[in-house]
Parts: sequence; structure tokens; C-alpha cells
Amino acid sequence: MPILEVQRLSKSYRQMGGETTVAVGNISCQVEAGEFVSFVGPSGCGKTTLLMSIAGLIAPTEGKILVKGQEVSGPPANLVLVFQEFNKSLFAWRSVLGNVLFGLDARGKKRREAEGKAKVLIELVGLKGFEKHYPWELSGGMQQRVAIARALAYEPEVLLMDEPFGSLDALTRLELEDALLRLWEELGTTILFITHDIEEAIYLSDRIWVLSRRPSEIIEELRIEFPRPRNQVTTRGQGRFMEIRNQIYKQISNESRHE
Amino acid sequence: MSRAGQFNKTGWLVFGLFLLIWECGSRSSANLQLYIPPISQIIGALSELIFSGLVTTHLLTTVRRFLEGYLLAAVIAVSAGVALGYFRFAHSLLEMLIEFLRPMPSVAIIPVAILLLGIGDSMIVAVTVYASLWPILVNTIDGVRRIEQTLIDTGRTFGLGRRRMLWQIVLPAASPYIVTGLRISLSIALILVTTAEMVAGSKGLGFFILDEERSLHSSNMYAGIILVAVLGYALNHLFIALERQAMQWHRGMGVRETV
Repeated sequence: MPILEVQRLSKSYRQMGGETTVAVGNISCQVEAGEFVSFVGPSGCGKTTLLMSIAGLIAPTEGKILVKGQEVSGPPANLVLVFQEFNKSLFAWRSVLGNVLFGLDARGKKRREAEGKAKVLIELVGLKGFEKHYPWELSGGMQQRVAIARALAYEPEVLLMDEPFGSLDALTRLELEDALLRLWEELGTTILFITHDIEEAIYLSDRIWVLSRRPSEIIEELRIEFPRPRNQVTTRGQGRFMEIRNQIYKQISNESRHE
Repeated sequence: MSRAGQFNKTGWLVFGLFLLIWECGSRSSANLQLYIPPISQIIGALSELIFSGLVTTHLLTTVRRFLEGYLLAAVIAVSAGVALGYFRFAHSLLEMLIEFLRPMPSVAIIPVAILLLGIGDSMIVAVTVYASLWPILVNTIDGVRRIEQTLIDTGRTFGLGRRRMLWQIVLPAASPYIVTGLRISLSIALILVTTAEMVAGSKGLGFFILDEERSLHSSNMYAGIILVAVLGYALNHLFIALERQAMQWHRGMGVRETV
């Protein structure tokens, strides 16, 4: 049984004038436990709406979401979302340790046990020594590491990530991609990732769904077979990598020409 | 404002000069001395009042009334402010009423309070509550409304219930605004306690000041004024010390230092 199943999901908004915009068309997909899957699509294609619906933060207009076969309404307990805007999502009044403890606390862990676990997670995301710092004392990349540690502290079975590296500079981005892959391999959490960066999606994922423009629908499903652990130089340097990139790029740009 | 921790030499010099001019000016005219006694004489009267214990009950009464009114106002205004900040509809219902009552000089309510509650303790506390309510209420509403949606969504994706959402996210996120309201209300509360005591009291520093004036004990009257001033100064600094402790995270965010 897939750990996460999206069935014929669509979301439309009523605008000020009374017109309805369809943000998410008709999306169905299945994610197996332990997979790393990505949605990739052009900006404004309704990716965030899709992920927010899966996270239970907004109600879909039609369709349903099943987690381990159970239909969910509202935010499911075994699923957590990492936002793109880490600076708005982190708790400025809590230290790094405090932010990570929040995740454990929300999972109902006892303080004593939690403190040890939080420190392990902080070390795992590479922030040892920064436990007492406040988020605003850290760089963007470090802040997003805190947000990831906080999310993992909640011990989700599925981690949803909404363009988590979208606002970081290119080098930090590569660094965090590798950090995320290491965590994923270590913890075995299922990850559903959203990005508009085609290469990032290929580098990270087992499977990619290419989304059309609004209203977004899946126009292609690709299985990425590069061996793991992946490497920023050798994996990205393969000819096959570029082939896949170009294929996805063409699909997305053809899409936009139709408009 | 001088930089924190730095001894403001010129400031103290000007203050000393002011006292000196007062002393000499007063001594130069016997006529003037009746209304403005020399500062040395006032200090003498003050220490006599303190050591004889004559002023202690007045001071304690004022402090008690202040604390009762201020703290009660804080609890009411923060609770109401959170509710009104959260529920847009409730706020739209009450907005005009708040905007009408808030700018009215609160001392104007004293006659109403006397009619309703007589001239006892409860009237003075009630008036203090009423006056201190508004800055805290308005700032709390503002603070809650300005909370980033991402922060609320973060709470939801971590499965927080209403109670935890309130204590772990809404209140801390709005706390810089709440604290601003509390700071403004601090001086307002002291003004209202003293004024109400002058109008209708048989105890308290406000009553004492007016009573000494009517008995033509001008030194004692000034001593009373100095006591109120010192009380205000002490309360303000106590507040700032507590604020520094609690809001350390916020001060570090590059927010202008507030005194």
C-alpha cells in the first residue's frame, strides 16, 4: 500500500470578481514509503497550492488524500511541511535548540528524552555548537537547516518540502541538497519535494512528476535511476543527466508556448 | 537617550544645576518660599515623612491600587485583544466602539465611576483598569493580526491544538506589540491612580498631595510629588529590566531599543 495517495485532487479559488480560477487541475499520484519524489513545474503553476492541500492546510475542492490508506481531512499527524520561507516559519523567540524541541514537544516527547534527541538532530543537520543561537543570528542556509531539523524532530513518516532551497544562493543550495540526501538515507523518511529547479529535482529524486501550467496537471512521470549516494560533480556530469534535464525543459517550455 | 550603561555626565550636571537654581531662587525670596520651598527643606520633609511612617500607608495604598488596576487591565486587554485579533468579524463589530472610546481622555470617566461605584477603592481601581485597557488592547489586536500566516500554518502542520497554538505561537509572536501596549499603559495607570485619589480618595499619594496642599504644608506636598515621581521612575525601570530579560530575542533582531 502506498504511504501517500492523492486521488483526483483539484483546487479552485473564487476571485474577487466572482470568477473561479482553477489552480490545481486533476492530480492523482502515489508515493511509496521511503521514496524521494518531486514535483517540478513552472512558477505559478499551483505547486504550492498542491502541497498545501496534501499537507491538509487548505481543503481541496475535489478529490481526496489518503495517508496509509486512510482518508485525511486537516493536517495529518504523520506528515509535516517545510516551508520555503524559513524566516517566517521559524520561531524567532526560540533558540535553535528551542525550535527543534518544539518539533519533539509537538510529537509529545518528554523533556528529558527530547533534549538529547534534539541535540542529535542538530548535529545531523550540521549545526553543532549553534544550539543557543537565535534563528536571526544565522545565515539563510543555516536557518533552513534548523527548520528541517525541527520538522524531522516531529518524526514524520512523510516530509513535504515546498521549494525549501528556493531563496538560497546557488552554493548553499548544493550543500543543502547533499545534507538533505544524507538525512533521508539515514532516517528513511519519505520525502515529497517541490521545486521549479529541474536539475535539483533530478539530482534529488527517485521519481519526478512534471507539472503543466495552471491549472496544473501531471504531464510526465520520470523514474531517475542514478545510483546513490549521488554526487554533485559526477551525477550532474553524466550525459544522461543533461538528457533528462533537456527533456523536462522542453516539456515545460512547450507547455508555456501553448498559452 | 544616552547609550545603555554609559554614565551621562552632562545630563546629571544639568539636573544638579536645576536643583541648585531651585534652592537659591527659593531662598532669595521669603514670599516665594511659601509656595516653592527650597529643595533642601523638601528633602528634609520627605525623610521625616518616611522615617515617621506617616506616608507609608499612602504609598502602599497607591502601589496596591496601581498593581490591581494595571494587572487586571493587562489580563482583560490581552485576552480580549487576542480574541479580537483572531476573529475578524468580532473585531469589525467592535471597531467603531473602540475607536470612539479610546481617544477620550480617560479621566473624564471618573465622574461616571463615582456615580456607579462611589468614592472607594473599587472606583479608583476601575478607572485605572479602564484607562490602561486601551493601549494594551489595541496593540494586542494589531500584534495578533500581523502574525504571518506561515507561522500559523507551521503550528497546524505540527498538529497543534487551539490551546498550544495560543501559548506557543500566537502569544509569543504578538508579544513585541503586547509589550509595547503594556509599557504605554504603565504610565497611564499611575496617572489615573493618582488623579482618582485626588478627586475622591481618603488615602493614597494623590490624596496626600492634595491634602497637604489644602493644609498649606507645601514642603510635604512637594515631598508627595517627589514620591510619585520616584514611584513612576522605579516602576518604569522595573518594567524595562523585565522586558530586557523576556524580550532579549526581539532586541537582538535589530529592533530599535526602546525606553
